[in-house]
Parts: sequence; C-alpha cells; structure tokens
Amino acid sequence: MYGKGLRALSIATVAVMTAALALVFFYAPLEAEQGFLQKIFYVHVPLAIVALCGFIAGAIMAIQHLRTRDPSWDMRSYVAIHMSLIFGVGTLITGSIWAKGSWGHWWVWDEPTLVSFLIVFLLYATYQPLRFAIEDPERQARYASVFAITAGAFVPLNFIAVRLSTAYVHPRVLGGTSSLPGPMALTFVVSLIGIALLYATLCKYELTAKHARAQLRALRRRLMGDGATAAPVRRGRSAAPSTLHPAAMMTARMTGKDGL
Amino acid sequence: MRRTVGALLRKELLVELRTLESVPGMSLFAVTTFVVFHFALNRNVVEGDLAAGILWVTLLFAAILGVNRLFVADAEEGGFDGFLLAPVDRSAMLLAKGLTLLLFLLVLELVAVPAFALLLLGPSLGQALPGLLGVLALGDLGVAAIGTLVAALAVRTRARDLLGPLLALPLLVPIVIGGARASSPVLAGAHHAGPSARWMLTLGLYDLVFGLIAYALFDFLLED
Repeated sequence: MYGKGLRALSIATVAVMTAALALVFFYAPLEAEQGFLQKIFYVHVPLAIVALCGFIAGAIMAIQHLRTRDPSWDMRSYVAIHMSLIFGVGTLITGSIWAKGSWGHWWVWDEPTLVSFLIVFLLYATYQPLRFAIEDPERQARYASVFAITAGAFVPLNFIAVRLSTAYVHPRVLGGTSSLPGPMALTFVVSLIGIALLYATLCKYELTAKHARAQLRALRRRLMGDGATAAPVRRGRSAAPSTLHPAAMMTARMTGKDGL
Repeated sequence: MRRTVGALLRKELLVELRTLESVPGMSLFAVTTFVVFHFALNRNVVEGDLAAGILWVTLLFAAILGVNRLFVADAEEGGFDGFLLAPVDRSAMLLAKGLTLLLFLLVLELVAVPAFALLLLGPSLGQALPGLLGVLALGDLGVAAIGTLVAALAVRTRARDLLGPLLALPLLVPIVIGGARASSPVLAGAHHAGPSARWMLTLGLYDLVFGLIAYALFDFLLED
C-alpha cells in the first residue's frame, strides 16, 4: 500500500530537480547586485517554504490522529516533521552561506525570517527527545500529536512576532514573485516544485521503509512464536512510532506481543 | 465547573502553603539571578532595553522553575488518577493549574520587581510601575497558559526536568520579545512614557491564541 507509485514519484522528482538545476545554472540571468551568489536563493527559499509547510502538514496530520486515533496518522505526522527538520537544517546552512556572502556575517540578527526560522527549528528539535522520553506507544503518539499541533500553531505566530520586532532587510520573495523578472520567476517556481517533490518522495520512502520493517517484524514474530524475543529485528535508536499499521498491530496482538 | 476549579485551586494553594515548594524557591532564584547579573555585566545600575531584558529573562527562568514542579505531585502521588475518577470536566484541571501558576507568578513578581528596583534599576520604580504592571500581567497570562500546557506534556516523560524547559523556552520567546519591547520605554526613565501599545496588543493576542490551544489540547494529555 505504501510502496505504490513510489517509482513514478521518484522519476518525476529526478526529472524536475534536473530541470530546476539546469534552469538555475544555464537559464536564469545573473542578478545585478549579488551576481552568482544569488543563485543559492533557488535552493534556500524553496527549502524553507517546504520545511515550514511540512511542519504545518505534520500538525494537520496530528489533528487527524487525535480525531481518529489511527496510529498511521501519527506515523505520517512523525515522518513529515522528521523530514522537515532535515530540510530545516538545509535551510539554516544555505541561509548562513547566503548571509555570509551578501552581508558579510554568518548570522544576522536583524533579519526576522532567519531568526524566526531558528526559533521554530529549536522548538521542533525537541520533538524527538519528547518521543524518546515516553515509553508507552499509545501515550507517546498522543503526546507527540499534542506537541505537533501546538508547534504547528506556533509557526505562523512566531513569524509574526519576530517580524514585528525588527526592521526587515531580508530579500522578500514570498508573495513578491511577480516583481521578479520572468526567467527568474520561472526558475524559482520550477525549483520550488522540485524541492516539494523531493520532500514528498523522501517522506514516501520513509513511510514505506517503516511499514515494511513493521510488517517484517510482525511476520518474524508469527513465524518464530516466543522465540522472536531472542532474535529481535535490529531497530537502532529511533523515535519513530513503533506501531503504525492496524494490520501490523493486530498481528502483534494476536501473538501476544505489543509494539515494543 | 466553577466549583470544581475552586476546589482544585484551594487544594493547590493548600499544598503550596504546607510544603512551600515552589514560590519561595522561585523568588529566591530571581533575587539571586539579579545578583549574578550585576557581576556578570559589571553594572551597578541598568535602564531601558538592558533593564527590560534582565527583568524578563529572570522572571522567565524563575517561572520555569515553577512550571517544572507544577504537576509533579499529581504525577507521583496519584493526583491525576483521583481527578480522572471524579465525574468532572477535565478542562477544570487546566484552569485550576493555570490560575495556580498565575498566582505563583504574581507572588514571584511581588518579590522580584521591588528587589530589581532596589538592586539594579537606575530610574525610580514609582513612575515606571503603572506601565510595568500592565505588561507584566499580560506576560504572566501567556506564561501561565503555555507553562501549564508544557508542564502537562513533560511531566510524565522520563526526562521531565530537561524536557520542560526545552519545550517551554522556544514557545516563550515571543512573550520575551513582546514583554521586553513593551517595557523598555517604561524602564528607560523617560517622563510619562507608557508601554508600547503595539507590543501590548501582540502580547494579548499571543496569550489569547495559546490560551485557546491549551484549552483545546489539554484533555488529550489526561487520558490514561
């Protein structure tokens, strides 16, 4: 169920990303003031937008989880937030490089977008420690969802508060795409679609992998009965939900083992 | 609902009066932090931005001490179980705990603000006080709402002393921004300078939104 369409999605991602990179390097004109450096904008801004949308999507999935109590929504929320955190690291690094290039400093405090992104990132960085610290899988999922919703609401609020607090010098692109010259706007939109597809593909891969692992664990348990505890599937350290699919959960319950 | 909240609030205050676990610690912590700031900054008097920053950071960290202890007794001594057995609205607990934290913060400020004026503040407190009170009240509301939600989220985790502050600090950043910006003109010593209305409004909206979020989500934290 989870693996369906993965190949098509992957191919689409590779195609759009290639097109985006080609446009960035060969089609988009050099910006007059910043020159070549400005091209990092085609990576930095889509990364930031996709990461923030991913956080909000995680919150919406968490609402679904609290409403339906379906653990697969918790899994989706976890994957969305996990992937957004990774994209967030990318955003902070590319943002720092850009800031160093255009303003001469790695970090600029009077730039609300960067600062609010950092605060949001610091908040979400506690998501996985929170999951780690709760053992009961059901409670872990519930508390993680409460956190995801609170943090999701915090994202826009924080941006408003930080923006109010500083005079902005950030190059405005969001909502100002029309002010970009045509070729730049086209490149930006293609990059944005490429990064969004990349996000979707990576999320789908993670979901598929987690699902396959849970199924494998359930099958192995069924095959070996109580001996399964002697040879557990290696999980490594992960804060991911341990029960994700109703079928896997039912198998686990039938054999008298919980998701741990 | 009102009776339930009243009963819970009475219990909280009684427990605090008998154990004196939170408020004295918070107040002492705040006063000590002012002394630490004096040495760390090597300043005898502060005013304006710096004064507002020191006051808010100190109050915030002292508040986090209270937030960390807010639900500990309930989690360890079965207060949650007792409450869940009673046929009452669960939001009553949020309200009671939030009010408790608010009262703790008010007592903390009764100690901390005069101590701050005595130890560090350059301009006299008298003319700053009316403006400062409004800002502090709005800030306290937000800290109480966020603090109660975060305390309930963190209390039944393994590393609650660590997770509580980690979760609370980023969520409280906008309150520090709003509180410090709103009170810095008041603490600058200028005549008849009121707190900035824009920041008061921001603080009020933030309080409102997080109050609603806490109200909507608190029930889910109390299910087992």
